[in-house]
Amino acid sequence: MKAMFEKYLAMPNDSRGKTLFVAVALCLGCSILVSAAAVALRPMQESNKVLDKRKNILQIGGLIEEGKSINELFEAVEARVVDLNTGEYVDDIDPAIYDARSAAKDPAQSEALEPAQDIASIKRREQYATVYLVRDGDNIERFILPVRGYGLWSTLHGFMALDGDGQTVSGFGFYEHAETPGLGGEVDNPNWRALWPGKQVYGDDGSVTLEVMKGSVDPNGAGSEYQVDGLAGATLTSRGVTNLVQYWLGDSGFAKYLDKNRTQGG
Amino acid sequence: MDAKTKKLVTDPLFDNNPIALQILGICSALAVTTSMNTALLMCIALTCVCALSSAAVSAIRDHVPSAIRIIVQMIIIASLVIIADQVMKAFAYDTSKKLSVFVGLIITNCIVMGRAEGFAMSNNVKDSFWDGVGNGLGYSVILLVLAALREFFGAGSLFGIKIMTLVNDGGWYVPNGMMLLPPSAFFLIGIFIWVVRTWKPAQVEESDFTIHEPDGAHGHAEAR
Repeated sequence: MKAMFEKYLAMPNDSRGKTLFVAVALCLGCSILVSAAAVALRPMQESNKVLDKRKNILQIGGLIEEGKSINELFEAVEARVVDLNTGEYVDDIDPAIYDARSAAKDPAQSEALEPAQDIASIKRREQYATVYLVRDGDNIERFILPVRGYGLWSTLHGFMALDGDGQTVSGFGFYEHAETPGLGGEVDNPNWRALWPGKQVYGDDGSVTLEVMKGSVDPNGAGSEYQVDGLAGATLTSRGVTNLVQYWLGDSGFAKYLDKNRTQGG
Repeated sequence: MDAKTKKLVTDPLFDNNPIALQILGICSALAVTTSMNTALLMCIALTCVCALSSAAVSAIRDHVPSAIRIIVQMIIIASLVIIADQVMKAFAYDTSKKLSVFVGLIITNCIVMGRAEGFAMSNNVKDSFWDGVGNGLGYSVILLVLAALREFFGAGSLFGIKIMTLVNDGGWYVPNGMMLLPPSAFFLIGIFIWVVRTWKPAQVEESDFTIHEPDGAHGHAEAR
């Protein structure tokens, strides 16, 4: 082995054998280093990801408290898997393991959407979704539902937090997107996000009426409780947000689930 | 540190700065300098990658076939960048998320490639390592200056700590939104180059050509 190694090293640099030898040896060496780093750091990266997701859920759900760690606060949140087709809880899937994002790509766990249905441009919708709940005794105090949809450049991934009545928004925001900074990227602006709490989702006819308007909302106008200011210079992102809200809170999203679980008369 | 090493490390800071004099690595300088946190992390990553890749390239320089030498350098740089990215995801997750693709783009950063090909291929391991460190620091100087100015005037803070209270939060400072957009980095790099070249006139380049003015077309012709 050593002799062979030395034989190759002794070859003239530009010979074919040496070129191949250097290429193979270098690639082998580098791939070992890269995979060692990836494997050794995986557990830390995974725990960072989980922590980050929990932080997002808590933030959008408005549950962050000073002086308490994310994991501590997250104990108050209950994760459940819901069958979107029936609106029932599914107990044989562990929400800690279930990954809705990869399920949406798997033909066995998702369905392709017709263009007419697919207003949020997500192409496939998974059958099961993970919802996060905050309970007050037996009643659900807050629903935190995953939503996603296409804006201008990218799929926006976020959460919609609703009060226990399944009607009033208590928080809304995205944790992942690649919209233009300063324009569509303003979906992250705390001032814009602050416009959402208190808005109403379903109109009198039971359909999703909540939308992002073009321009600003007249606070005294009719239906202003269903409208949120549009983002200046980001018509397509604003439209994308409306579409994804209407899709995920509509019949093929969480409407059936919310109908079964909302707190009555609350 | 002997005199040569010292020169290798300090020269690229102002005398031979990779961004200000060689005008390399501009792309990431525009993208990651909106806040000090991202810029600092990027500087650390680039300096490590640049130093280690130069050292590694230098270590095997006598055995690199010239036909594939660029690819050899790329493989070494790319591997180091992937490792740097993995380390960041493990230890600085939030900031690394903001840096996103720009960590991966260190692979194509001209400074790293340029030092590997231009210096490390013909110098020993120790010198190459310090040359990499020096150039990484030269890049860092500019990035940190840019990031400090952009974050201070664009968001009223440094390292995410509020220094000037913004109007939006009930304070007095109206943030300069342009500072957060890439063009402002261009202006600032331009001003930085101007300042450095006024301070060190040796860096001013000769004009490649003078603009020809037809005789008598303008009154200035005689004056010259």
